[in-house]
Amino acid sequence: MDLTAISPALLVASLMVGATPLLLAALGELVVEKAGVLNLGVEGMMIVGAICGFAAAVQTGSPLAGFAFGALCGAGLSMIFAVLTQVMLSNQVATGLALTLFGLGLSSLVGQGYIGIKPPPTVRLDLGPLSDIPFLGRAVFSHDWVVYGSIALTAAVWWFLNRSRAGLTLRAVGENHDAAHALGIRVVAIRFAAIAFGGACAGLGGAYVSLVRVPQWTEGMTAGAGWIALAIVVFASWRPARVLVGAYLFGGVTVLQLNLQAAGSALPVEYLSMSPYVVTIVVLVVMSARRGARSTAAPASLGKPFHATV
Amino acid sequence: MEDGTAPLLALSGLTKSYPGVRANDDVSFAIHAGEVHALLGENGAGKSTLVKTIFGLVAPDAGEMRLAGKPFAPASPQEARAAGIGMVFQHFSLFDALDVAENVALGMDTPPPRRVLQDRIASVSREYGLPLDPRRIVGDLSAGERQRVEIVRCLLGAPRLLIMDEPTSVLTPQEVALLFATLRQLTAEGTAILYISHKLDEIRALCDRATILRGGRVVASVDPRESSARDLAEMMVGEALSAPARSGAAGGGELLEVDALSLPPAHAFGTALREVSLTLRAGEVLGIGGVAGNGQDELLAALSGEMRADAGRIRLRGTGVGRMGPVARRARGLLAAPEERLGHAAAPDMSLTENAVLSAHTRKRLARRGFIDWRAARAFADAVIDRFDVRTPSSRTAARALSGGNLQKFVIGREIMQDPVVLVVNQPTWGVDAAAAAAIRQALIDLAGRGAGVIVISQDLDELMEVSDRFAALNGGRLSAPRPAAGLSVDEIGLMLGGTHDMEAAHAHPH
Repeated sequence: MDLTAISPALLVASLMVGATPLLLAALGELVVEKAGVLNLGVEGMMIVGAICGFAAAVQTGSPLAGFAFGALCGAGLSMIFAVLTQVMLSNQVATGLALTLFGLGLSSLVGQGYIGIKPPPTVRLDLGPLSDIPFLGRAVFSHDWVVYGSIALTAAVWWFLNRSRAGLTLRAVGENHDAAHALGIRVVAIRFAAIAFGGACAGLGGAYVSLVRVPQWTEGMTAGAGWIALAIVVFASWRPARVLVGAYLFGGVTVLQLNLQAAGSALPVEYLSMSPYVVTIVVLVVMSARRGARSTAAPASLGKPFHATV
Repeated sequence: MEDGTAPLLALSGLTKSYPGVRANDDVSFAIHAGEVHALLGENGAGKSTLVKTIFGLVAPDAGEMRLAGKPFAPASPQEARAAGIGMVFQHFSLFDALDVAENVALGMDTPPPRRVLQDRIASVSREYGLPLDPRRIVGDLSAGERQRVEIVRCLLGAPRLLIMDEPTSVLTPQEVALLFATLRQLTAEGTAILYISHKLDEIRALCDRATILRGGRVVASVDPRESSARDLAEMMVGEALSAPARSGAAGGGELLEVDALSLPPAHAFGTALREVSLTLRAGEVLGIGGVAGNGQDELLAALSGEMRADAGRIRLRGTGVGRMGPVARRARGLLAAPEERLGHAAAPDMSLTENAVLSAHTRKRLARRGFIDWRAARAFADAVIDRFDVRTPSSRTAARALSGGNLQKFVIGREIMQDPVVLVVNQPTWGVDAAAAAAIRQALIDLAGRGAGVIVISQDLDELMEVSDRFAALNGGRLSAPRPAAGLSVDEIGLMLGGTHDMEAAHAHPH
């Protein structure tokens, strides 16, 4: 194995690119779960965002239109989940799984004509002299706006949840929906909004995979990123800053194994490919072993159906 | 605005029907500024519906309300709050994971910035003698502190009318005294209080006026200080209440023996049982008193089989059952009904029939070869509902949907109708209205009259004196020597509960 083939600056740069879709999807799911809803359809919403964003970008020639349409389609798909679980009170776990399967099938159908096409390139943000700093310039300051936008979104989500009135209301709904209802908070409306935000974030993350990270369309190209995003939310114990750490950690493991493969590691490729998922499982086990601490507790109403009875 | 004679809130002809029930029927009464107005009634008399109407959670079918002379029809709790109505719920509507200030902010329409709000909470809690730290996480607070959060939340809105739904059911006597002082201070400032409670003595001590509901109608409006607790209870029930009739069958053969039983605490905040010994005879009710948290939960768990001991420590009709689990003990006739109704005595989201199967399947043979006999199960559940007057639409209703008192009747009835050899109950009438409590006590005495042994663990001394043949006290996990209940004076009981050295000596026994 030739470790010198791995350039540290490139590794960090590709780590940031690799982590961005995870970060976006996990932030969206964090908000959804904070509102007390468990949407396991993240993978489905991501893949639909990936193909819709890809198609829109190819048709219009504008990556921006692609990202916007990807987010819109992710949100649209999540509304199916919202209507089923919040209005018709279907089981959230089963509905979320169905949403993932549906999204995977739908994306294959829509993507028939897009295989092998290159999307319009997403321009890098010109950060002027910052990009000229040795190492850091190449590793950190030479990305497109989505990468920086996702980091800004982390801060925005933190501020929203912990400092804004609307965020407090959303946390209250996730913590005790009956009490929230008794206070006159519109539980279902807030959950709809949260689910839509989660869907848009997942769709945006998916579009980033097909438009920047790969960049092309292949079936099933999100390859479990949605599931890792779900795991990151638990790993982060429902805190935005830790979601950022988690996404970069998992993104880093993924990128590292690709680099190790390219460098000709003696380990079979399969072991390297499974390493991010193994790390996910190990981290989840470690997290659940420290049960009981309030700081790591899930929202109390997470996954429970809400039916207003007055 | 008010000129002293015009009522603050006048209700006239309020009517609300639900499918199959008329919850409120032509309810009219008035609440004046500066008075504590009691709303009395049995479970299901329509108190909750009425209060929800005032608070904007329920829209009445007919009738109207006037607040300080103006028509008042709140469409939501926000509107009710804006009009000056505050409400402290029976089951606290708090958010465990949020801190006190956040919980308070959620109840306000336009909360001030965090710092300002924290200061205002601190100053209101000082002013009204309700010690509270705005930065603490609500999940870590005691029941009394949680209630203070609710009260402070209401007080910040400077309410003209404060509604309190069963405020003292979860408080210690000290916390009750603190609450009453706060309420008196509020009325002195002109706030009206609508006070809902089952505890008639409290109402007589605190309230200026009492409106009594029965079957959704106003049946009486009295000055509670001029009526006895007994009169009030009879007005609620609509019939004369009789003290439970004693059977006098006590003194049969020994059914249950507990011999120097010591067990570690059931949970982190529990109390260890220390050398508990008792003997229960056929036809006898043994009352066990004591302040909560002195080993009551552990004693029930040890007797029900949830906690195991050495076989010989607990003997049922001579057989050592200490090592057996609850199912094996149930099969032999040792039954128990724990204090916590939802989640311990009953599975909240399962139907009454399913809950009946859970505890009665062995003794009533509701399962054969691993298959549940639903027909028999339903018949058994219906029989319990019928005999114990459980008010529920059907046996298919989820346990969670029943009011506390009705579920308690079902839980106790379910055990009694399995013809136990020995029945152990903890807080059998907690949160149950007067008529239902009397029925439950009578049923326990009747059960003993048929030759069973009954252990009643309770914090209600009046209840224990009413039902017990012998009385013992739990203190710090030790059980005093039982004494005949007849003729025990309040002072003697107080000494037993205090666990004086004298009692320790009396409790010592040869090994």
